Amino acid sequence: MTSSPQIPLPAPTRLSQPFWDACQRGQLLVQRCSDCDGLTFIPQPACKHCLSPRLEWTEVSGKGTVYSYTVVWRPQTPAFPVPYVVAIVDLDEGCQMMTNVVDCDPADVHVGMRVAAHFRRMSDEITLPYFRPER
Amino acid sequence: MVRHGASKHPLHDVAIVGAWNTRQALRLDEHTSESITLEAIRGVLDDAGMTPSDIDGISAASGSRGAGMSSGHLAYLMGIGPAWTGNAAGGGINAVLEAAQAIAAGECHTVLIAAGSAGVYTERASTAPWTRPGNEFVVCWGLFTAAEFALIARRHMHLYGTRPEHLATVAATIRNNGHINPDAVYTGRGPFTPADILESRMVTDPFHLLDCAMTSEGGCALVLTTAERAGNFKRPPAYILGGARDTFGPAYHFPPTWDLTGWVGREAARKSFSMAGIGPEDVDVCEFYDPFSFEIIRQFEAFGFCGEGEGGDFIMNGTIELGGRYPICTDGGLMSFSHGGATVQLVQRVITGVHQLWGQSGNRQVPDAKIVMCTNGGAGALFTHVLLLGKERP
Ligand SMILES: [Zn+2]
Repeated sequence: MTSSPQIPLPAPTRLSQPFWDACQRGQLLVQRCSDCDGLTFIPQPACKHCLSPRLEWTEVSGKGTVYSYTVVWRPQTPAFPVPYVVAIVDLDEGCQMMTNVVDCDPADVHVGMRVAAHFRRMSDEITLPYFRPER
Repeated sequence: MVRHGASKHPLHDVAIVGAWNTRQALRLDEHTSESITLEAIRGVLDDAGMTPSDIDGISAASGSRGAGMSSGHLAYLMGIGPAWTGNAAGGGINAVLEAAQAIAAGECHTVLIAAGSAGVYTERASTAPWTRPGNEFVVCWGLFTAAEFALIARRHMHLYGTRPEHLATVAATIRNNGHINPDAVYTGRGPFTPADILESRMVTDPFHLLDCAMTSEGGCALVLTTAERAGNFKRPPAYILGGARDTFGPAYHFPPTWDLTGWVGREAARKSFSMAGIGPEDVDVCEFYDPFSFEIIRQFEAFGFCGEGEGGDFIMNGTIELGGRYPICTDGGLMSFSHGGATVQLVQRVITGVHQLWGQSGNRQVPDAKIVMCTNGGAGALFTHVLLLGKERP
């Protein structure tokens, strides 16, 4: 159920490059607003709380809780081995991320499950931030 | 019925006088998106008793996801210039309201809305191309439309105890309407019980295969005109009572969280009912958008037909069947009638609503249908559009 290298990989933009660079180092970054202190993810050109352009990258713990999930049996493309778990994770710091929950039986995934980021190198340029049960 | 004393709304001077579908099928191998769109245009003009010279506005969602021809291209080909051209993203109710507003404002008087798709979905090992987002924070997680909507449904089940049997009852009801519709792609495929839905293979839980819309090919077209001109054509007018559009963001880009988008369409419904001077209890037919079974339950809640979290129980006991109080998707919807590409099925909710008001829905006709509620979109896509149509001039 792990993803193979053939899955479609992100094409970083100028805006998102720092996020993907940090994933290569095993760090999860989101944007913090210098004006209102609010967090924004996915990367944006302005704060989603106050529209300030003064955003700085900040590292988050990578720990969070499953907000919702689905176990996929009919893959988006054949590159995704089934079943795989798509989830929205509430990060402890307060923003939400879409991801795959890995390294566990899909039947064990549930709303409220504690998870932690788990990085997997997919190519020379891309390391993806998966999540797995918190240990 | 329409309560008098509701303030007169500019959209009340606009009516739909043409509503026509081409043949719908899993594949229309002899067609391209262009050719099936043009067949829909010829069909609606003939059915409505019109010629291109009656038309002074045209709207088509263009590109590979739409008609394959832009509004401007069609204006040129039909020789109707100088014409008003629509630009509503995605077409459907978005295009209907854009055109109705242009007519009400006096910028044009008669608008043809066309959609068609064929030969677009060819790589069948993957999900349909219009369901696969390209966004860098979505694509790598194996997301597609069904999974996006499943994330919404799962959260509702967690919060309110909505059950797979509720979802399956919706799907069985819609598919049974298509089963008896001779024009449906899946005509004669039923009848279905909720158990049949639950026994179909899992796609992305909680959605089984039969909880999901199909993919098919086809074309369709609508014509809107002024209430004044409506009497000049063959078909009776279906009047616009109200309509509005809710959007929280681009579809398939940001996480589809229930907290953000669970009630999308609530404001659009409130505005639409207010324009019409009616409430949910006045609706005779619910031509709701049914990409996935749960979305119907969500819409009944968001639109105020029942309370928050009560949608699962609300749709049980025949309420949404033909003969029930709020029949849904009377042609078989996106699950059984057709999902003819990226945008065709959006328009078709309106077409079926008009056919109900015309009394042209055959063995699925809702007796004495006077008010129809048509919708597009859904929480998984972060938008919901609403259109209310009436048989009587408001
Ligand atoms: Zn801010």
